[in-house]
Amino acid sequence: MLFKMKKDILAGEITDKLVFQNRRKIIKAATATAIASFIPASVSAKIKKYADIPFGPYSASLQVTDVEDAKNYTNYYEFTTNKNDATVLSKALKTSPWSVTVEGEAEKTGVFNLEDILKTNPLEQRIYRFRCVEAWSMVIPWIGFPLANMLKQFKPTSKAKYVEFTTLYNPDIMIGQRGTALEWPYVEGLRMDEAMHPLSLMATGMYDDELANQNGAPLRLVVPWKYGFKSIKAIVKIRFSETMPATAWNKAGPNEYGFYANVNPEVPHPRWSQSRERILGASIFTPKRNTEKFNGYEAQVASLYSAMDLKKYF
Amino acid sequence: MRPSKIQWAVIKVIVFILCLMPFLLLLMDTVQNQLGANPIETLHFRLGDWALRFLCIGLSLTPLRKLLKQNYLSRFRRMLGLYAFFYASMHFLVYIVLDLSLSWESFVDEVPKSPYILVGLLTFILLTPLAVTSTNAMQKRLGKKWKTLHKLVYVAGVTAVIHYLWLIKTLTVEAIFYASLMFVLLAYRLFTYFKARAMYF
Repeated sequence: MLFKMKKDILAGEITDKLVFQNRRKIIKAATATAIASFIPASVSAKIKKYADIPFGPYSASLQVTDVEDAKNYTNYYEFTTNKNDATVLSKALKTSPWSVTVEGEAEKTGVFNLEDILKTNPLEQRIYRFRCVEAWSMVIPWIGFPLANMLKQFKPTSKAKYVEFTTLYNPDIMIGQRGTALEWPYVEGLRMDEAMHPLSLMATGMYDDELANQNGAPLRLVVPWKYGFKSIKAIVKIRFSETMPATAWNKAGPNEYGFYANVNPEVPHPRWSQSRERILGASIFTPKRNTEKFNGYEAQVASLYSAMDLKKYF
Repeated sequence: MRPSKIQWAVIKVIVFILCLMPFLLLLMDTVQNQLGANPIETLHFRLGDWALRFLCIGLSLTPLRKLLKQNYLSRFRRMLGLYAFFYASMHFLVYIVLDLSLSWESFVDEVPKSPYILVGLLTFILLTPLAVTSTNAMQKRLGKKWKTLHKLVYVAGVTAVIHYLWLIKTLTVEAIFYASLMFVLLAYRLFTYFKARAMYF
């Protein structure tokens, strides 16, 4: 009589314990490799330019907005009034080499290469709230340097009461500048004490990487206690002046967009409330967040405006 | 050759589905998480855009019918008008349920500060009785008054465009397009109205 022998399981057929325990990770990694093999090397090999930049002061420990949302939802009227189209339309912009012209009430004026400016202004990372006048907000990890550091290098004179910034004017590439949505080029400005405030930042990057064109590459302003339109993009000119600069949105709607444009839930826009803001990235059932005075930076900046009626100087 | 009753029914079903497509596409984008960084705004604006578009299309039917001498066009007036109301309702619902999160406090704060929202609400209020009285039975019951009542759609056309123009930050090509289209559609009515009266003099 033949006994049917129970076949032993060969050692080689047994899945290694380590492999078994990590099976999900392994499958994930394999899938990722498979997907990556379809992506051109130029894309997948791109290393983040600003990884490991140390955090500077005033960086908030907030949950940052999803990088794709922050990158691709942007008001950049130089290209389009549609917030979702700037990414594609701004691709043609060449941001290197880049120079910044410095004019006006300062000792060191002239044309400066961005590279040289960056050599003497060490970068730091700062997580800031970003509040748009349209009542939505993000939290963005910027890479940049304090605006004050750079401005001091130009040695502004005692006559310098304001600083004015100008965006590149190039309607061949910035096709929105062919239209009349705003008066071109875009101009923004700060009072000298606002510009010298340690919160004011010149950004060259965000999310550990260089600024994407649609986010204002290669150099933009970030003033976290003011509405987003103050944070001018693609800066080519800085002018120190004795008088208040005529800024782009203020010219377009003087009763709607003030020079100061401080985030303030108590002062509504003439056509909508500023009491609340939609946090981008939240679920569609998440209620809006109550907007904070000076966008949450009241402790740091309120003293700049202590003698001012914020309803009048909005 | 004139279409038979059954053929008309088929045509109407096709038009019905076509008009529903923007809504279905929006629903698909919602389910697939394709609404972008500001999904509520996307839903709100796309529904609002379609409400205005259907209002424009609905108001184009009579002028087109007369100009092209295509009488069958008037068969679609009710459906397109109801679609305008449908998209306006969804637009309104997104505002109340998602944007305001059904908060009365937010409503009371935001609406009085926003004249364009008030005009939008007015537009919705103007369209509501037209939708309610759109049935054959109501049309019969109201008799001559029905026609007078439904002239409110012209007012709604004007307020819808004001709603749009008032909310945008700078004048856009789209806004100019809708405003001019509405102007032409309503000017046509004024023109025909005065032309008809002039004949008596």
